[in-house]
Amino acid sequence: MTRLLSAFGWRHRGAANAALLGLPFLWFACLYLAAIGALFITAFWTVDELSGDLIPGFSLTNFRQLLSGPTYIHIAWRTISIAAAVTVTDAVLAWPIAYAMIRLAGPRLRAALMALVLVPLWSSYLARVYAWRLILAHDGVLNWALTKIGLPDLHIGYSNWAMWIVFSYLWLPFMILPIAAAVERIPPSLLEASADLGARGMATFRRVVLPMALPGMAAGAIFTFSLTLGDFVTPMLVGGRGSDFIGNVVYANVGVTNNIPFAAAYAVLPLGVMAVFLLITRRLGAFDAL
Amino acid sequence: MRGRIRRRMAKLVLCLSASLPFAQGAAAAQPLSAIGKGEGVLNLVAWEGYAQDQWVKPFEAATGCQVHAKYAGSSDEMVALMRSGGGSQYDAVSASGDATLRLIYGRDVQPINMALIPQWKNFIPQLKAPEFNTVKGVHYGVSYEWGPNTLLYSTKTFPTAPTSWSVIYDAKYRGKVTVPDNPIQIADAALYLSKAQPALGITDPYELNRAQMDAVVALLKKQAGLIKKYWALASDEIQLFTSGDAVVGAAWPYQTNTLQAAKVPVADTIPAEGATGWADTWMISSKAPHPNCAYMWINWVTTPKVQAEQAIYFGETPANSLACKEMDEEQAGTCAKYHANAPSSYFDQVRFWKTPRSDCGNGKTDCLDYTIWQREWQAIKG
Repeated sequence: MTRLLSAFGWRHRGAANAALLGLPFLWFACLYLAAIGALFITAFWTVDELSGDLIPGFSLTNFRQLLSGPTYIHIAWRTISIAAAVTVTDAVLAWPIAYAMIRLAGPRLRAALMALVLVPLWSSYLARVYAWRLILAHDGVLNWALTKIGLPDLHIGYSNWAMWIVFSYLWLPFMILPIAAAVERIPPSLLEASADLGARGMATFRRVVLPMALPGMAAGAIFTFSLTLGDFVTPMLVGGRGSDFIGNVVYANVGVTNNIPFAAAYAVLPLGVMAVFLLITRRLGAFDAL
Repeated sequence: MRGRIRRRMAKLVLCLSASLPFAQGAAAAQPLSAIGKGEGVLNLVAWEGYAQDQWVKPFEAATGCQVHAKYAGSSDEMVALMRSGGGSQYDAVSASGDATLRLIYGRDVQPINMALIPQWKNFIPQLKAPEFNTVKGVHYGVSYEWGPNTLLYSTKTFPTAPTSWSVIYDAKYRGKVTVPDNPIQIADAALYLSKAQPALGITDPYELNRAQMDAVVALLKKQAGLIKKYWALASDEIQLFTSGDAVVGAAWPYQTNTLQAAKVPVADTIPAEGATGWADTWMISSKAPHPNCAYMWINWVTTPKVQAEQAIYFGETPANSLACKEMDEEQAGTCAKYHANAPSSYFDQVRFWKTPRSDCGNGKTDCLDYTIWQREWQAIKG
């Protein structure tokens, strides 16, 4: 039976490919594209005030509402700028770790470092966010340590600073791994050639390593940026006043007010932002490294 | 163009349904005339802690109705769950007052025949036909338990109890205030302003016109600068008070009990302006597949014994006035602790959550509905 099938596949390449790609394609078309399509269409609907029923149709009410005051523009700006700040922070933090892991560490140390990077991913996201909440709280480990060494208390618990720190911590492995993979792919002979030609360490890094590992960094940036952009749990747990993200507004409109069309209209924005971001990272070669 | 016509149609339908209230609802579902044989299954949407084994197991043994409870995290999730699957997925829901009108006007719940609920006559008078579950004399649910939203404070910061809600708007406590992250919180500020600025003419904190809302929002925007965190979960607030990040805020008795049990120096009070509060109602879905079991459940949980068990477990007050004795038998002193014996003046201090609607209920229709409340709340938080 298996033989017959494989013989059939050999003779009819098209059928074999269809069988192979059919399921993923079906999944993509039905679950992914259809969901985004539904999102786009719902964004133009409205809600009946009394019964909460959806009123299909075409109306720009939701978009007009979004642009009518500074609130939603401000929230979108906060979301995008924190996502950008987290991406830059992670890129800066990830470089030394990734480079040391691949170029400087021996095989055993490398395995140990890799494990250290990956182990946090095995614990629950929520547990890690709550841990940070305890660290940054008024009477937390951070202020305790600062007092011990004679520095004044920091009041960064429940603030945008707290969100920036927690997001940077959460998504760091997603930046380290693609950069490490990209650094690993640089042939050592190129570094030797650079040294032979008289370049010092920094010059080699800037002119050889960095450009060649840029696609890896761009790939990591896609993860850190999109994961931050879509999150709503961390702002809820470690954010303070004025820490709502786009996701929190969407969540509140679906859950609290049952205004799904308005939520859909706002959710279109991150899609647009991600589209622009992906175009930029493609320019930087992110997809060559994936 | 088509959209405009549709919208006009929708408006027309809306006007019609407003002028002929419940014409469709009443035609669709007549209340049960007698409780028949149980269907063997009961699917509930409930607050966490409302379907404890302590009273569910004996119910299952007595009636043969197997209880499946789905816990909801918010009033709005409850509404969404009751509408899911065409409304026939769940039999009954323990809705709070800010969800009940939405369920009634959405025709998601059926009228209740109070003749089939024997304990109803023992309810405190205010909860027999409250406006959040009884419309034009038709009962759409049976009241269950209630509690006030209290002012929680650190006894270190306040050696004597604050007497006014003004402390949560006071710049003296900048960065140390916490209030719930919930649009219904606007009503708390409206209640305070109804006393602090009588000129605004706020008579009902859930019925605000544009000018009143603007004044309330201005106050809340000023408060936003003093807030440490808008709490989403009760455990958030417990942690804020435990760590000392907050010293004063709006809370439920549950937080006070938990914090005091953990020896955190806090206490709560209902200030002079009164307080908002929640009152939960058991309602039956208009398409309930197991209505007999649903009625049996409501009869079970309104008995003094279960009312007492529920009150002590959650830290709230039962609707059934006979529950006081049972509470003290269960755990001495709890009847007084949870105000089950309180005079009706205590109850009258509490303004219960209800869904804000554009119909002010006094012939005027210039009030702001819940969608606008949510939008204003978002603008306040920034």
